[in-house]
Amino acid sequence: MDWLLQPTSVAEKIGSMILAIVLFVAIMGLILWLIDRPKVPLLVIVMGFLGPVTIALAVGLFYPAIKTVFTSFQVTEVAIGANGKPVINPQTGQRMTEQAFSFDNYTKIFTDPAMQKVLLNTVYWVVLVPVVATLFGLIYAVLVDRTRFEKAAKALVFLPMAISMVGASIIWKFVYEYRPTGANQIGLANQILVWLGLDPYQFLITEPWNTFFLIVVMIWIQAGFAMTVLSAAIKAVPDDIVEAAQIDGATGFRLFVSVTVPTIRPAIVVVITTVAMTSLKAFDVVRTMTGGNFGTSVVANEFYTQTFVQGQQGVGIGAALAVVLFIIIIPVIVYNVRQMRLSEDVR
Amino acid sequence: MSMSGSSVELPITTDATPEEKVSARKLKRQIRAQEAKTRLSSPWASGLAILLAVLWTVPTLGLFITSFRPPNDIQDSGWWTILANPSFTTQNYQDAWAGAGGTGLSQFFLNSFVIVFPGVIIPISLALLAAYAFAWIDFKGRDILFVAVFALQIVPIQVTLIPLQTIFVNFGLQSSFWPVWISHTIFGLPLAIFLLHNFMKEIPASIVEAARVDGAGHVKIFFVVLLPLLIPAIAAFGIFQFLWVWNDLLVALVFAPNPNLRPITAAIADLAGTRGNQWQLLSAGAFIAIVVPLIVFLSLQRYFVRGLLAGGVKG
Repeated sequence: MDWLLQPTSVAEKIGSMILAIVLFVAIMGLILWLIDRPKVPLLVIVMGFLGPVTIALAVGLFYPAIKTVFTSFQVTEVAIGANGKPVINPQTGQRMTEQAFSFDNYTKIFTDPAMQKVLLNTVYWVVLVPVVATLFGLIYAVLVDRTRFEKAAKALVFLPMAISMVGASIIWKFVYEYRPTGANQIGLANQILVWLGLDPYQFLITEPWNTFFLIVVMIWIQAGFAMTVLSAAIKAVPDDIVEAAQIDGATGFRLFVSVTVPTIRPAIVVVITTVAMTSLKAFDVVRTMTGGNFGTSVVANEFYTQTFVQGQQGVGIGAALAVVLFIIIIPVIVYNVRQMRLSEDVR
Repeated sequence: MSMSGSSVELPITTDATPEEKVSARKLKRQIRAQEAKTRLSSPWASGLAILLAVLWTVPTLGLFITSFRPPNDIQDSGWWTILANPSFTTQNYQDAWAGAGGTGLSQFFLNSFVIVFPGVIIPISLALLAAYAFAWIDFKGRDILFVAVFALQIVPIQVTLIPLQTIFVNFGLQSSFWPVWISHTIFGLPLAIFLLHNFMKEIPASIVEAARVDGAGHVKIFFVVLLPLLIPAIAAFGIFQFLWVWNDLLVALVFAPNPNLRPITAAIADLAGTRGNQWQLLSAGAFIAIVVPLIVFLSLQRYFVRGLLAGGVKG
């Protein structure tokens, strides 16, 4: 039965996949069959429907989140004995360590210059990606609205949403590819510089602008989402509002800015907050394109590096970074939910 | 390619103009108003739109062309010289797929498939059941529990990784696909429940009541009455979850660190780090990884857009 816990061949892998699905269906089928008979108390029925989910979320999300908050306040210290000297482990001869409560992890995040750079980069990401992507999405949605090529034009811009951020990163890494002056450029961005008579440029290495060239990739990915949602919102603007504005003499750009945009404001808010959260949590682009080197790291990437690359001493910092992510997200979501409530009330 | 751009089927537009008793004159007025909303009345508009579309497409096109060029050509000249010097090969794809010394992407491609099916089927099934209970079973504490599930959407995956990993290791699961399946299930559930609950609420209560009067229990109502009506919603979220799982990097890196389990996205990310200059391999590899979500997306685009507009986006 080794292959169940360690599948290696093609057949074993496919076998374990089918087994997992069959097992799941069998268990759920059994639960539903048991509760689907007369005179089963309501509570049991509810547990049949909700039990698996409640357990999964309690054990898989709630408990780990609490645990991580605790970890973020822990540092590893040398254990001090009753005599005021470090305790020595008699077996290994090493000093014993213990976990202690401390704000050190947070202090480090907010005072260490390298970490401050990470925080600053994150701010750039969380502000620039949503604003530019939304602006682009809005303009593009308007430009192609009701044109003959609307469907195709939208699909082209939406496509980056479907491919992975890793795929997008590779596409753009090739655009930014650098060859020294005089050599044939193979990356389009540098070729354009050469065509313009400029020297080729190390887009991904030269600080401080490299962060912004990574941000371009995320904008490229997210613009399609913004465009789709905003386009649907524009099409839903009631005609009578537009007519009233026309009677008042508003046309063209003026009408767009003073009537259409305020009307679709709830959709704009949803798009901006959603894209902001995606940009905050995603580390794929940074990790694939620069690995967080050359001063391009962001909180999500630094979390991964500290937690899974640095080893034991990084875990506390990693936990604190994860909690920072968490804390930044909360007000954004609260604002988002309130906006949704407001727009529902208006309806 | 059918982009669901028509306003009729989008949930956002449910409060738009009623379609009945629209006279020809009124229709004309409506069309004019529709146009006025967005028409910036400039011949530059179309030009700008085309420019932006090209800008959005060229990076992908460039890598796509590159993936079919011989390695020497890739290193010596840009893909835009292809017309002056046309030479194509599929060798890059063969090399990337089969590889040398166990580096081929075919095994990682298989792993992605093994990961994605349970990673989609399990969370959707569980979420459907939970959404049904929240929508149509009246029990004490329902609202509190629903708000709790809704609130769990804000927990970033990062917060949960280390404790979850400890649990999986304690159960001896770390060399199997179980950690990846289970974590994709857990991370997908809150959004899935929320979305499917919204769809379920839209089904008229009279239908459910009628079945109840006929003596059907909750399980029967769920399978016979509601499930068939929810197919579009299931498709919408299914595509979401499929793309999310297939394109995921973080969960794969943490819970499938073993090359034996690694899915294609993580394998490509790894290639970018270790063989960043071998563009013949990277370009072909990237498109091998992209092709599946692309097919899913293009063939089921309407559902995907509907899912997006129903208010759910995951990141």
